[in-house]
Amino acid sequence: MTSVQTNTPVACPGCVAMPPREMELPAQDAKLVLSLPTIHCQNCIASVERALSAHAKVRSARVNLTLKRALIDAEPDVTAPELIALLDASGFEAYELDPNALNETATNTAGRDLLMRLAVAGFASMNVMLLSVAVWSGAADATRDLFHWVSAAIALPAIAFSAQPFFRNAWSALRAGRLNMDVPISLAILLALATSLWETWLSGHHAYFDAALTLTFFLLAGRWLDARARSAARSAAEELTALEVPRAWKIEGGKPVEVPVATLCVGDHVLVHPGARAPADGIVLEGHSEVDRSMLTGETVPVPRRPGDEMGAGEVNLTGLLVLRATAVGQDTSLQRMAALVAIAEGGRSRYTSLADRAAKLYAPGVHILSALAFLGWLIWSGDLRVSLNIAAAVLIITCPCALGLAVPAVTTAASGRLFGKGLLIKNATALERLAEVDTVVFDKTGTLTTGHPALMNWGDLTVCQQRLVYALARGSEHPLSRAIVDAAERAKLEPAPVGDLRELPGFGTSATMNGRLSKLGRLEWVGAVSDFDGLCAAFDCGDGRPFVLKFEDSERPAARPSIKGLSDMGINVILLSGDRTPVVKSFARNMNISDWQAELLPVDKEGLVRAMGENGRKVLMVGDGLNDTAALAAAHVSISPAQALDAARAASDIVLLGNDLAPIAEAVSVAQNATQRIKENFRIATLYNVIAIPLAVAGMATPLIAALAMSASSISVSLNALRVRGRR
Amino acid sequence: MNVLAYLIPISLFLGGIGLLAFIYTLRSRQYDDPDGDSRRILSDTWDDRPKQ
Repeated sequence: MTSVQTNTPVACPGCVAMPPREMELPAQDAKLVLSLPTIHCQNCIASVERALSAHAKVRSARVNLTLKRALIDAEPDVTAPELIALLDASGFEAYELDPNALNETATNTAGRDLLMRLAVAGFASMNVMLLSVAVWSGAADATRDLFHWVSAAIALPAIAFSAQPFFRNAWSALRAGRLNMDVPISLAILLALATSLWETWLSGHHAYFDAALTLTFFLLAGRWLDARARSAARSAAEELTALEVPRAWKIEGGKPVEVPVATLCVGDHVLVHPGARAPADGIVLEGHSEVDRSMLTGETVPVPRRPGDEMGAGEVNLTGLLVLRATAVGQDTSLQRMAALVAIAEGGRSRYTSLADRAAKLYAPGVHILSALAFLGWLIWSGDLRVSLNIAAAVLIITCPCALGLAVPAVTTAASGRLFGKGLLIKNATALERLAEVDTVVFDKTGTLTTGHPALMNWGDLTVCQQRLVYALARGSEHPLSRAIVDAAERAKLEPAPVGDLRELPGFGTSATMNGRLSKLGRLEWVGAVSDFDGLCAAFDCGDGRPFVLKFEDSERPAARPSIKGLSDMGINVILLSGDRTPVVKSFARNMNISDWQAELLPVDKEGLVRAMGENGRKVLMVGDGLNDTAALAAAHVSISPAQALDAARAASDIVLLGNDLAPIAEAVSVAQNATQRIKENFRIATLYNVIAIPLAVAGMATPLIAALAMSASSISVSLNALRVRGRR
Repeated sequence: MNVLAYLIPISLFLGGIGLLAFIYTLRSRQYDDPDGDSRRILSDTWDDRPKQ
């Protein structure tokens, strides 16, 4: 954020009208991006922009309502927190986004490129279609030839530009010795152009320029829909990543300085605040604390850390300040090394062939053989090369998978739009198809079925007097267990007991005096309590030497139970795989009505179990959030992770669940099944049109008019059928 | 039918202007925020002298 703004001189007057892609340059001046999840109307835009522009050092602020973001151009010394405070004062929630993690340029450029080609194809096809209408309605002789020549003049450059994506895909598939949907498409377009040119040259009756262009237009529309749906999901997923701005507190000359994580070096001394994640692997130099490793291992019990202990990147510091000496940074941290394992595990997924590709595999050779047979048949029967070539081109155009190209993207766009409304981001193109096949769901426990926030279980066993004292003690600490106590007390609307000398001993607990007696709340050993309870617990001593054990359990996520029931009702097996200890998992599984569970699993075990299920022919949906789930997420047939999950886990999964609720999962499966059914239905509709039109084409009766009608009618009926997936609003 | 010699180029030219206009709007990123743009026209506040 500390670079100087440079005013690039404008090279030509034209560049003023069309700024030379200024957004795609790396941020030269203090470009800040804020996420504004609550804005929704023109007044919000106006107030946010007014509030930001009122800041003396902000040069310009622009709100993007579609993305719910504000782009701010400011002097180098403006920081995001002060702008966030400014917006908070005007009543808007704002979060800082890491501009480097927002890689929208790539997806947006691809989308804009397709849109440009779509526009050119649309323009050309409309013009050629108008000229063709004149030919169909009886233009003859010189007029017809003129119209054909004009059509050719429009069609050739338009197709050379617009159809490039198909040519490129077809070429790369052919070079790899495969056939995909683009091969018959490209062949049909090229053959249609060639025979039409020949016909025009010889003043023939039939030219298929309009068909070739309309085909390109419809197919590009399908591609563009597909690209748009995926770029929307990707940009939302990137936003989640960008929300975690990687900063660390490095100790320089005895003082902590905030620096980007990327600049840390081995040997640096790093300060880790309570509540913060360790930015690097390191050895604790100073401080006592407890750390939460649940994101890495699934274990909910905090682990104590003293000077000399090792601490891994990604562990959350809970209570006291810690100073680390970094031993591994960046790509070398244990966190990153585990995340890198995921790339290896992903092999299984890439073997999946989408429905469209499977259809193409059946379809493409069939079409080519049919067309070749028609050509040979006519050549033998009539001996006229020109007529036979015309017939072959007509067969290719009629059978060209125009509707097939639209059948899948139209359905997936409609379905992902519907699921996005429910809070599910579909990141992967084939995720919906794979989700529809699922017969087994594997859940992780910590952070997935539970929120990762403990709740106090035996609050009612304390007397009111003790409750007030415990409340007073718990207020002195930020430890999650203390916060659970504070929550319970606040729900009971208690007043804290008047205590004096409240102090926190990081890594152990808090103590205070009341009426001259010392009371303690903290780790069992420290308070002097003994318990055989296996779950999360803390001890409390009100000063009489008889410690009381407070028991906690991880609170379950909203709608966890209905979601599991919904999945079981659909005939799907639900399995719980956890890295947590056996007794905890056992009681939790009983609570959740999951009969099939395993505990104390290492990340490798989880991945192995998921992989084994896959090899036994089961289609596994993995739902998990931690780094210990990441390999399993990648190995599963399809995977979902909640938005709160670790970045690596989100990256490894196909679908991200926004919001706190698990309810959409069961629904997502049924929407996916519905969508797959529609896709297959669309294939059948498209085939039906072909079955009617192919005999006409082979018989030599397919005029350009019939080709145009068949193509448009099938594309429109396929799109309309796809819209049914959206469901009633 | 000689009129076609004028009409076809003229109609193509007019259509081409439309196409170029669309490409210009696309290049100048006017489709980046469709929701925001449709809302902004409802706002009655504007800034005659934006900060440079």
